[in-house]
Amino acid sequence: MAVTREDVLHIAELARLGVDDARADALTKELSAILAHMEVLSQVDTSTVPATTGIGIDGTPLRPDVSVPPLMARTLDSFAPAMRDGFFLVPRLATHEDSGESGA
Amino acid sequence: MSKETFDKLGAAAIASSVRAGDASPSDMVRASFERAREIGAGPDGLNIYLHSDEAASLEEAEAIKSRAGNAADAGVLAGVPVAIKDNIASLGLPTTCGSRILAGYVSPFEATAIARLRAQGALIVAKTNMDEFAMGSSTENSAYGPTRNPLDVRCVPGGSSGGSAAAVAAGIVPLALGSETGGSVRQPAAFCGVVGVKPTYGRVSRYGLVAFASSLDQIGVLGRTVDDAALGLETIAGYDKFDSTSSDEDVPIYRLSALGKSGSNARGPAAEAIRIGHSPIPPAPPPGATTLEGVVIGKPKEYFPDSLDASIRDLCEHSLDRFRSMGATIRDISLPRSPLAIPVYYILAPAEASSNLARFDGVRYGLRVDPGKGLKAMYEATRSQGFGPEVTRRVLLGTYVLSAGYYDAYYKKAQAVRTLIADDFRSVFTSGVNAIFTPTTPTPAFPVGAISDPYEMYLNDIFTVTANLAGVPAISVPIGRVRRLPVGGQIITAHFDEYTMFRLAYALEAALGTEAHQ
Repeated sequence: MAVTREDVLHIAELARLGVDDARADALTKELSAILAHMEVLSQVDTSTVPATTGIGIDGTPLRPDVSVPPLMARTLDSFAPAMRDGFFLVPRLATHEDSGESGA
Repeated sequence: MSKETFDKLGAAAIASSVRAGDASPSDMVRASFERAREIGAGPDGLNIYLHSDEAASLEEAEAIKSRAGNAADAGVLAGVPVAIKDNIASLGLPTTCGSRILAGYVSPFEATAIARLRAQGALIVAKTNMDEFAMGSSTENSAYGPTRNPLDVRCVPGGSSGGSAAAVAAGIVPLALGSETGGSVRQPAAFCGVVGVKPTYGRVSRYGLVAFASSLDQIGVLGRTVDDAALGLETIAGYDKFDSTSSDEDVPIYRLSALGKSGSNARGPAAEAIRIGHSPIPPAPPPGATTLEGVVIGKPKEYFPDSLDASIRDLCEHSLDRFRSMGATIRDISLPRSPLAIPVYYILAPAEASSNLARFDGVRYGLRVDPGKGLKAMYEATRSQGFGPEVTRRVLLGTYVLSAGYYDAYYKKAQAVRTLIADDFRSVFTSGVNAIFTPTTPTPAFPVGAISDPYEMYLNDIFTVTANLAGVPAISVPIGRVRRLPVGGQIITAHFDEYTMFRLAYALEAALGTEAHQ
């Protein structure tokens, strides 16, 4: 199943990755070539095979559903790009940000 | 102990020396840093280390001096310098995952595996270079430049734990932590001529290991010898309340040296069986170091294809002969779905990565690039400038196989085939086979820059990735050299049977002796 340039631009947007024109062309070829090797799986009959959803032998044990404060040697503001009053600061979430208006 | 001998000493020998008062933890730290300088471990040389702080390490060594001199609580790793792959969270030194997006990031908490090493007296001297976010098989994908193989600087050390393998191979540390998703400990161990072990999924806590593909990731150990690897794994293994996928299975003592029986016919006394937990294990008598009567080793035909490098095949056959001469039975077996493992892995791992790496968005930690055009533009600019080409490729691949219209054809299909691959291993291990022996890699280390096609690079994992998909333990042990480059032999056992895996590894190491490094 060949990947198209439009596919690359679409998944790049989903993944929040900016991809310029030259890179989009290269990625179209690279992803198509990689996915061509995956086609072999379509020939395997898995109609009666359950999907692997966990790798633990006896499943994943549960712990009590109790919130525990994180054990941190340093506070969030020591490594966050921007904080104020205990909150992370982000650029403005503008509903019309694609129109080119500045957030911040 | 002279500094001339430091680079040849095992972790257990260093710890004994420190506990006996023959050397101090500071002596060991100094010897490690001197060796690093001598070998050129810095960015202008082999580029093994990303972060280290000699003054801080010496301070830490002084702080544990009084404890180290007290044999009762010095710990099994008293004064042993240990290097850590840079995707394992550490206090004090940065954790960058070899990525620009985490440049300068210092974790506010420490991985359980590191905390357990420190509790046994180990000294963390460096964070090692790696492929960005562990995506690669050569350590060429690091944002901080490639690491070189200490045995031949023209070649890669393997990856993604290439810095850790190189640090051990160069004699800078006797022990290092790496991580595995598809072979990232065993493959570099094979390329650098050291021992590398990937435990059963759940055997070691992943708390503090930066997530790449959570259903596959495991912290592993690299050591100069099987005994070092056993000591390292024994120290970090066991249940951890901070990782819900960690197992509460008992952890046996894996080291023959701990029993005072580094020679033949070591038996497993009841006391040996338990480090934590309550029930006596192991269920079966362990094979001795030189006697393997009753042990059945499977030789899977899919791992010895006609295209396999003839010299690697010969070394594997020689190892199998050694097993035979110790009494083991070699049985031809088949793991028929193994050829499907690379396609399965390169669907599932990127899919999980595309989700796990969504957290690197410039909001809570790491790099932020803000072009001043709103939140979405900040996300895109941060991630595009922060991630390198291979991470970008895999995030996009993962996003594609999870997207509407392709989920069933790729992701769901790969999950089902993963079940079949795991079934292959179950069938073999329930048919009377105790262990499987294969080459670790299809070739020895290749020159830096030799592989540019992404899929060709992925094929480096062809013999290792099945153990990750099935969740079983595996170890790579040096078995000789081809064109002067090291070759590894891989021993795979059933879930939580690291015990048998180590016994066979000890036996092979002892039987090959110096042949393993010639």
